[in-house]
Amino acid sequence: MSLFNIFNVAGSAMTAQSQRLNATASNIANADSATSPNGQVYRAKQVVFSAVPMGDPESDGVVVQQVVEDSSPPKLMYDPSNPMADEKGYVAMPNVNVVEQMTDMISASRNYQTNVDTMNAAKSMLLKTLTIGQ
Amino acid sequence: MSGKLDDYLRLNETAINLRAQRQQLLASNIANADTPNYKARDIDFSKSLQSALDRSTPSATALTKTNPAHLDANTNVDGGNGSDGATILYRSPIQPSADGNTVDMDVERNQFADNALHYEAGLTMITSQIKDMLSVLQS
Repeated sequence: MSLFNIFNVAGSAMTAQSQRLNATASNIANADSATSPNGQVYRAKQVVFSAVPMGDPESDGVVVQQVVEDSSPPKLMYDPSNPMADEKGYVAMPNVNVVEQMTDMISASRNYQTNVDTMNAAKSMLLKTLTIGQ
Repeated sequence: MSGKLDDYLRLNETAINLRAQRQQLLASNIANADTPNYKARDIDFSKSLQSALDRSTPSATALTKTNPAHLDANTNVDGGNGSDGATILYRSPIQPSADGNTVDMDVERNQFADNALHYEAGLTMITSQIKDMLSVLQS
């Protein structure tokens, strides 16, 4: 029954979008973190989506292919009293663009909601199918 | 008699199957709305229904198959076919996006709702056909 595959497709999209939302949440939370666990300045993370076939020719799910770090240079902030400051008094701050992250967050959450709708539509179609002949 | 019953229900059954497949395609389009280079796909419903009906009525050119890899005489072998033989087409984008994705959310949502409604209409039709047949059998 092909309609059941919609649950897999929409489910994979929801997983991928929630991973994207997770990356956005870390980026916004760490917008002012001068260091990260590897000792370097925090860099904005971004997920890369890829379509993946799911069973039959009609279904394409979504999968997070990789998580990439933004390679743009860190923002420099003048703060000589900061222990992280270099000899000129500049502190390297994360290259997180909060405006970009907010729009990404809205896009991810809207897409998640749309996939929930898709799933609900498939569910009501299947329930209706069960009433054939009644 | 059972052959006649099959013929009686075939149109709606084929239509419902195709609607279910199309719903799956549209769900894949919606799921991949943010995937770079993803191309939105759809089927031409009336053409697919016609060819599915032509296929399900046995024709004079039907071949005897002695191996599962053998092809039917009227099989379309140009690739890109759905699980029921429907030809899957790519949608021509109205507003192409910079990342090569051609999913237009307005179009997809619109078609998704439309297809779901047609699917339910098909179910109502087939239910009333069954009811008609039952009342004939009981009278």
